[in-house]
Amino acid sequence: GGMLAAGLLLLLLAAGPGWAGAEQARRDVLREELLLSPLPAGDLAATFQFRTRWDADLQQGEVSHYRLFPKALGRLVAALGVRELHLALTQGFWRTRVWGQPPLQAPAGAELWVWFQPTVTDVDKAWKELSNILSGIFCASLNFIDSTNTVTPTASFKPLGIANGTDHSLLRYAVLPREVVCTENLTPWKKLLPCGSKAGLAVLLKAERLFHSSYHSQAVHIRPICRDASCLAVSWELRQTLTVVFDSFSSGQGKKDWSLFRMFSRTLTDACPLASQSKVYVDISPKSKEEELLEVTPTPASVHEAIVQGDKRTYAVYDLLSPSLFNTSRSLNVQLKWKRPQDSSELPTPILHAQRYVSGYGLQTGEISTLIYNTHPYRAFPVILLETVPWYLRLYVHTLTIITKGKENKPSYIHYQPAQDRKRPHLLEMLIQLPANSVTKITIQFERALLKWTEYPPDPNHGFYVSSSVLSALVPSITAMKHVDMEQSPLFTSLFPSSDGSSYFVRLYTEPLLVNLPTPDFSMPYNVICLTCTVVAVCYGSFYNLLTRTFHVEEPSRGRLAKRLANIIRKFRGVPPL
Amino acid sequence: QFQLAVPIAVVFSPGSVPGDLPRPLPFRDVQEMEISVHLRTSVTSHYEMVYRKATVQEEAALDAATAREADTALRLLQDALLGSLTVYVVPETSSLLPQGINIYVGKHRSALVRAGRGLATLRSRLQQLTQVMSFTPSSISTALSDRVPNSQLSPDSRRHLKSSLGYEITFSLLNPDPKSHAVDWDIEDAVNRYVQPVLDKLSLLANFSVDSQILYYAVLGVTPRFDKESSSFLLSAHSLPHVINPVEARLGSSAASLYPVLNFLLYVPERSHSPLYIQDKDGAPVSTNAFHSPRWGGIMVYNVEAPASPEASLPLHVDVDMVRVMEVFLAQLRLLFGLSREELSSEFLLESPGNEGLADWELDCLLWAHTVENIATVSTTLTSLAQLLDKIGNIVIKDDVASEVYRAVASAQSAMAKLAAGHLHSAFQASKEAVTSSERAFFDPSLLHLLYFPDDQKFAIYIPLFLPMAVPILLSLAKIVREARQRKKEPTKMD
Repeated sequence: GGMLAAGLLLLLLAAGPGWAGAEQARRDVLREELLLSPLPAGDLAATFQFRTRWDADLQQGEVSHYRLFPKALGRLVAALGVRELHLALTQGFWRTRVWGQPPLQAPAGAELWVWFQPTVTDVDKAWKELSNILSGIFCASLNFIDSTNTVTPTASFKPLGIANGTDHSLLRYAVLPREVVCTENLTPWKKLLPCGSKAGLAVLLKAERLFHSSYHSQAVHIRPICRDASCLAVSWELRQTLTVVFDSFSSGQGKKDWSLFRMFSRTLTDACPLASQSKVYVDISPKSKEEELLEVTPTPASVHEAIVQGDKRTYAVYDLLSPSLFNTSRSLNVQLKWKRPQDSSELPTPILHAQRYVSGYGLQTGEISTLIYNTHPYRAFPVILLETVPWYLRLYVHTLTIITKGKENKPSYIHYQPAQDRKRPHLLEMLIQLPANSVTKITIQFERALLKWTEYPPDPNHGFYVSSSVLSALVPSITAMKHVDMEQSPLFTSLFPSSDGSSYFVRLYTEPLLVNLPTPDFSMPYNVICLTCTVVAVCYGSFYNLLTRTFHVEEPSRGRLAKRLANIIRKFRGVPPL
Repeated sequence: QFQLAVPIAVVFSPGSVPGDLPRPLPFRDVQEMEISVHLRTSVTSHYEMVYRKATVQEEAALDAATAREADTALRLLQDALLGSLTVYVVPETSSLLPQGINIYVGKHRSALVRAGRGLATLRSRLQQLTQVMSFTPSSISTALSDRVPNSQLSPDSRRHLKSSLGYEITFSLLNPDPKSHAVDWDIEDAVNRYVQPVLDKLSLLANFSVDSQILYYAVLGVTPRFDKESSSFLLSAHSLPHVINPVEARLGSSAASLYPVLNFLLYVPERSHSPLYIQDKDGAPVSTNAFHSPRWGGIMVYNVEAPASPEASLPLHVDVDMVRVMEVFLAQLRLLFGLSREELSSEFLLESPGNEGLADWELDCLLWAHTVENIATVSTTLTSLAQLLDKIGNIVIKDDVASEVYRAVASAQSAMAKLAAGHLHSAFQASKEAVTSSERAFFDPSLLHLLYFPDDQKFAIYIPLFLPMAVPILLSLAKIVREARQRKKEPTKMD
């Protein structure tokens, strides 16, 4: 087995330069990748990444001949002066505490953040136009992004690509927590892939399986990157990522074994012919020092070891472009079996995680509480917290308290932008130091505003969403990391730039909140109309009767019941009948 | 009620002056032609002819050996305004024009005509010529097609693109089988070399933007039929309408602009379906292997030769012959703009437009038609806006909407006036402004009629009031009727 693997590695190495030569002739390169990682709780996360790199500068006009890069997005970037674009559509919530640190997390609903070029004069107009066009491309209601949910953070969102100067007035950030993600958003996303869903890893993207899951997040990231190490020229990178978490425990009758076919009801048969790299990674890192608990079939051709998010991980690698993979069988169906039932009692808690909730009673005031956990045994580190609260929750900043281990924790940086009614939301950004092994509680009180009756969304009794707060931190790593070349390393490690060997970047999103606002009875006006109208009508009717009726003196007629009764009574009394 | 004026200079070279001229040269003459499009719409065209003798330089130019050389030499002597024409009359026996050709139309805004025997022949030739070089009744009625009943229109006239402020041209290479064909095309060079000169010429008419893309795994919606005789696949003409829809979904929307898109698709059939040929209605293969769809664009099928040896490694590398492709696409582009040169009689000789793909006078034809169409569009837009306002009495017209409407009307009027005066270019500009203003007014978000309560719904809200109130009224009405009937009966009983 070892000999065979080594031989295959040699083969791969020999194939390498040929591909590199072909890539230089073409100016755009596609890489596709699937990362399968079993989560501590028994779920399975699958992360697809499709990366198109184009060695052309989109901004310098006149580039209008597209090959792998989708034309719709390319024109958008060129026309609106976009420096960097990050759009994520998510259904469900990534449970950091149970599932561990995500490779890429996104808040529930739709998230869009964009850096514009310094040449853009009217950023707000470009932002509005951009969100409208994107909502058309992705069939999402991004057109509801307006000034009431857009903020300009000052510290949380740094450009991920190359950027000279970070003038924060060029950044816009918005989250629509109410947005529901479904098939109609997936189809246009798939259409942007050069191979569509016809070949390569994308054949696994079947909507009825993807949306039958605990978490689904699809994203588009566009950014400029260095063309080579000297960084004299700019290339543009489009990353399409899709993360999905399957509850394999409940769907697999209590077993945690899984296979590609069971999850996606498809298997892989080939790589996308346009891709220069097409790989499947399976996380097989041993959970403890003991012997391996799990077994993957077929035997992987190679094993990749990397330090991801401060942890040493081992990945089984399947290269779809290597011809030997499909020699034995026509299709690749990666399977994973647990050798013995794993005791799920000891879940490793991630170093940084957070939770948030609303407390208080009644419909007048309330309190937002955020708990941030640092479980690192001995290292303290700072975290940037970004809180966006809609204007109809009026924050009282004087009630802001930050308490760690029973003592007040003073933030070293605070940026607060108060809301304006119907114009802009509250923006609160803080840099908080988290001591080692601690829980930090941040509370702030708010008052619920009364809306105008036209401002309520459909089904207002459902409540109003407050978007997730964002935690950005450089988390100290337990294992030292060595610097790796971005072009060589797997895609899932290379979206966020790593600063140095001792820490890694993490961005976390807390739960979105659902807050009830005082809601009027919307049927009341109609009820009032009905009632008044009825009263008026009844009055009118009786008046009309009084005015129009003619009164006759009626001749008493025989045989009436009253008369008979009277006659009976008269008989008893001995009086002659009437 | 349109009035179009075409300034024409008729220049007589020595020896070509007909004997029966009404007046000595030079003189002016106006000819009128009435084109009735519709009961209420008619177009009057004035041909303002100036008859004069050739100058010395023009005579020298006309002494050239061939008509083409004469045309280039005369070009330098003209101060050709857009829409104006210069006609040079040469003697009937001149050797400048080839045998049997009486009318020669140059690349620019001039033409050579044989004098003919007498003024009448010359007049009829001039009339034919001016119609070709400016507008014909059919081109005008096409431009006004919104107002013409459908039955009167030829299918050709529905092919033309609507007038717009801009067009987007998208070239797409469809490669449904990237596993067997690695297709490359040098579209950038081809666009610069063949398309850009045409668009530079057309830039007067509208804004153009060109881009291209390659789409993989994009298939036609129809499975072609296998033909054993030729061992090829055939796509018959009646199945062509079904080809476009599935492709269209992949083409991508032009989200970033509002201009109409012209799609030119180059389809490289799958290996299992090649070679693929398009059949026309009679079953004969189409020589260009291409077809176009009115107001949408064109599709060309590009077959890849099978490799000589069957074990040639896949994917097969293909470099597209862009000259062949662009020839077809440019011809389709001309067709989509309604520039066809077919329906001319045999006595015409047209100079080929050369690299620019478009002669000056053809540009004038487009400008005439588009100006008329723009004005018609403005009037339609404003009319329907007025109808909307009539329907909803309490609609709010903002000041900026009002000013857009005023501007649209003023621009349209000035465009009409300039058309009547023969200033084609400024008329076209004014008509463009009129279209922009009228569209802006019409699509103003404040004029959405859904923003206003229809009156019947207001009535519905008050049904709880009206219904109970109506009951006693109706009852008493019924009572009155009953009593009246009884009263009628009673006298008869008395009898």
